Amino acid sequence: MKKFLASTVAASALALMLGMTSARAEDTIDPNAKQGGAITITYKDDVATLDPAIGYDWQNWSMIKSLFDGLMDYEPGTTNLKPDLAESYEISPDGKTFTFKLRHGVKFHNGREMTADDVKYSLDRVTNPKTQSPGSGFFGSIKGYDDVAAGKAEVLSGVTVVDPYTVKFELTRPDATFLHVMAINFSHVVPKEEVEKYGADFGKHPVGTGAFKLAEWTLGQRIVFERNPDYWHKGLPHLDKITFEIGQEPIVALLRLQKGEIDVPGDGIPPAKFQEVMADPEQKARVVEGGQLHTGYVTMNTTMAPFDNVKVRQAVNMALNKARIIQIINGRAVPANQPLPPSMPGYDKDYKGYPYDVAKAKALLAEAGHPDGFETQLFVMNTDPNPRIAQAIQQDLAAIGIKASIQSLAQANVIAAGGDKAGAPMIWSGGMAWIADFPDPSNFYGPILGCAGAVPGGWNWSWYCNKDLDAKAAEADSVVDPAKAAERDKMWSAIYDKVMEDAPWAPVFNEQRFTMKSARMGGADNLYVDPVHIPINYDNVYVKDVQ
Amino acid sequence: MIAYLGRRLIQSLLILLGVSLITFALLYLLPADPVRQIAGRSATPQTVENIRQQLGLDQPFVVQYWHYLTRLVSGDLGRSYIQRSEVTELIVSRLPASLLLMAGAILCELLIGLSMGLIAAVKRGTATDQTLMVASFVGVSAPQFVVGLLLLYVFAVRLSWFPIGGYGTWRHLVLPSLTMGILGAGWYARMMRSSMIDVLRQDYVRTARAKGLARGAILFRHALPNAILPVIAMIGIDIGIFMGGIVVVESVFGWPGIGQLAWQAIQRVDIPIIMGVTLVSAFAIVLGNLLADIIAPFIDPRIKLR
Repeated sequence: MKKFLASTVAASALALMLGMTSARAEDTIDPNAKQGGAITITYKDDVATLDPAIGYDWQNWSMIKSLFDGLMDYEPGTTNLKPDLAESYEISPDGKTFTFKLRHGVKFHNGREMTADDVKYSLDRVTNPKTQSPGSGFFGSIKGYDDVAAGKAEVLSGVTVVDPYTVKFELTRPDATFLHVMAINFSHVVPKEEVEKYGADFGKHPVGTGAFKLAEWTLGQRIVFERNPDYWHKGLPHLDKITFEIGQEPIVALLRLQKGEIDVPGDGIPPAKFQEVMADPEQKARVVEGGQLHTGYVTMNTTMAPFDNVKVRQAVNMALNKARIIQIINGRAVPANQPLPPSMPGYDKDYKGYPYDVAKAKALLAEAGHPDGFETQLFVMNTDPNPRIAQAIQQDLAAIGIKASIQSLAQANVIAAGGDKAGAPMIWSGGMAWIADFPDPSNFYGPILGCAGAVPGGWNWSWYCNKDLDAKAAEADSVVDPAKAAERDKMWSAIYDKVMEDAPWAPVFNEQRFTMKSARMGGADNLYVDPVHIPINYDNVYVKDVQ
Repeated sequence: MIAYLGRRLIQSLLILLGVSLITFALLYLLPADPVRQIAGRSATPQTVENIRQQLGLDQPFVVQYWHYLTRLVSGDLGRSYIQRSEVTELIVSRLPASLLLMAGAILCELLIGLSMGLIAAVKRGTATDQTLMVASFVGVSAPQFVVGLLLLYVFAVRLSWFPIGGYGTWRHLVLPSLTMGILGAGWYARMMRSSMIDVLRQDYVRTARAKGLARGAILFRHALPNAILPVIAMIGIDIGIFMGGIVVVESVFGWPGIGQLAWQAIQRVDIPIIMGVTLVSAFAIVLGNLLADIIAPFIDPRIKLR
C-alpha cells in the first residue's frame, strides 16, 4: 500500500514532526505587504557564483534561493518543510521510493516551461564529478550515485521521469532526510539549454524559476535582481528590485545604513560597533535577533593522549566558563551544553550538560592520572574574536592545571590540522564552526561526529568514532514516516546525549543572529532571521514607503 | 641605448619569472588543500580525488608549474577556485579602477608633497619648516587603514562632502586618492625640501639673486625646474608602494580594483587569483622602474644609461 500525501496533509504531518503550526504555501503572503519598491544590500566580498550546484557560502546561499526553486522548500521564517515546485509527493512504505508530482505552468526565466526532465537533468548534473559540486555528497542515498560519482555513468539510475509532471526517486536505503535534501540549493532545478549555452560560466548567467531574475552583474561592484513577473507563486515577490553592492566594509555599510543610504548590511553589525548600536534605542529597534543553526565547540582529539581518556575530556567540559566566553563576543550567543543548537529539532531541552565546576574538573584530571595537569596545544583561526576566545579557554584550562599553547593560524591551516589524525590535540571551532545545511538533527552527526568524518581531510576533528552510535544514527534515519517524526527526534536526542557522555567536544555556545535593517523595511521579524535565508528572506520582505 | 633596453628587458623578464616561481612555490607549500575547499565539507574522498585530477593538482610541482607557465605565455592566468571564472577576466574588469585610483593618488601626492617641500625649503629653519616636516613624518608613518577611516568619518559621515565609499563619480575618487597620496606626499615633501635646498645653494641661484631678480622669479623660473626633476623621476619607483597600498585603501573605501580582489582572494585562499594579481603587480612594478630609469637621463642629463 502506498501512502499518498497531498500537500496539505504533508504540511500538517511535517508540522507535527517539527512541533510547529502549519500553513499552506498559498497562505503565507502577508496581507499588509506592499507591492513594488527597491532595496539595497551591501556585502564586503564578491559573490562567488550563482550556480545552485556550486554556490556554498552564506552570502550566495540565499541569493540562489531567490533565483531558483527546488521540489521542496521551507515556510518563510521557519524550519517547516513544504512542497515547492512539487505540488505533492508520496513515499513508499519501505521509505525507499519518493514520487513527486510537479506543479503545472512553472516557467524558467527564459520562458520555457519546467518539466520532470529538468529535475532529472539537474540532479544528474550536480552529482556528475565534472560539475565539481561541493554538494554532490548529499545525494549519496540515490540509487546509481556511486556509479555517477566514480565516472562510470552519466545519469543517476535511481531518478526516473514517469511523465512530464511526475518524477520518481529510488534510494538505496530509507532516508528520512531526503525531503530536506530536495530543499537544499544543490537540488534546485536548472534549464539544460542555458547550462549548455554558458558552460562553466552558468554561475555568472543564472537562469532559474525563482522569484527574481538576474538583471545586471558588474564584477566587483554590483548585482541587480529584478522581479520575475511570471513567478508561479502569485503575489510574490513583493519587491521590484534588489541591488547588492559589493566591496563595502561592514563598518562603512553601518555608516551608510545610519544615513539611510542602504537597507540591510549583508555582513551584519561589525563587532566593534555592536554595543554602540544596541545602546541606542533608535538603532536597537531596527535590529532583529534570532537563533541560528550554529554551535561553537572545542574538539579534543580522542586518538591522542591524554585526550584518549574520557575523564580528561569531561574535565575540560567542566573547566570552561561559558558565560565569560560569551561576554567576549558582547553577549551575541547563548551557552551550549550539547552539539545541537536549541532551534534544531531533536534538541534535548531536559539535558543539563556538564556544570562549570573547577574542583570537580581537577578531581577528574587526578583520577585520570594527571593531578598536576599537562601541556597541550589549542588550534584556533586567526581572525577576531577567535584568538581572544582561545585566550579565555586557555585561562580556564590553566585553572585546572592544563597548560595549552595557542596556535593561531589561517582558517585553511586549522582545517588542514583538524583533518590530520596527528595534527591538532584541541581546536576551537570559531570561524569554521558547523552551521547546519538543513534543519535536521542528522546534519550535526555524520561528517563531524560520525566515523565517516574521522578520515584524513575529514571534518570530525575529534576523530571520535563510535560504531554503535553510527548504527543508531542509520536506524534513526531510516524512520521515514513523517508521522513518526517525534519518535525519530527522540532517537537523535539519545544519540547526542551518548555523544556528550563520551565528551569528544566541549560545546561552548550557540551564536545568535542579529540582522539590522532600515526603517522602511516591512514584514514579520522572522523573515529577517530566517533559519535558511541569511541575512533575510528576499522573496517575502517588502518596503513600507511605496504606493 | 638599444643594447641597454634589450638588457633591461631580459632582466625584467627574469625578475618576473623569478616572482612567478617563488609565488607558485609558496602557494604550493601552503598546508591548505584547494581541492578540499572546492569539494566542500560533505564530499566523499572519491569526489575529492576526481576534482584533484581534473585540476591537474595530482601532478608533481614541476609539471604543475610548467603547465602554469605555458598557459601564462598565451595570457591565460587560469580559473578562480572560488569564483569559478577566468582570472584574466576578473583582473581586466578591475584594472581600470586601480589605474584611476593610482592617477588620483599621484596627483594628490605631487600637489601636497611638492608644495610642502617647496615651502619648507624656502622657510628653512623656521617653525613653518619644522611643522611641515613633522606633518610629513606623520603622513609617512600613519597607517593607511587609519587615515582612510578618519577621512571617511570626517568628510563623508560628519560633513557629507563626499560619498561614504563606492565607485563611479569624481567625488568617490577624492578620499581614497587622498589616503593613498598622504603617504607619498610625506616622502615627496622631504625629497623636495632637500633637493630645493641643494639647488638654492647653487652658484646660478646666487648669481640670479645678485643681479636683483625678484624672489618669485628665482624660485619658480630657475630653482624649481631643476629641483623638481629628481623628484619626478621617483614616480616610477612609487608604483611598488602603490601596489601595496591599494590592497588596504581599496578595501576601506570599497573601491573595485585589483587590490580588493587580492585581499578577498588571500582570505579565501583562492590561489589562481593570488598568483594572477601578484604577477600583474610585479609586472607593473618592473615596468615602472624600467620607465623611471629610461626617462631619468632625459630629465637629468647628468645621468647616463649604461
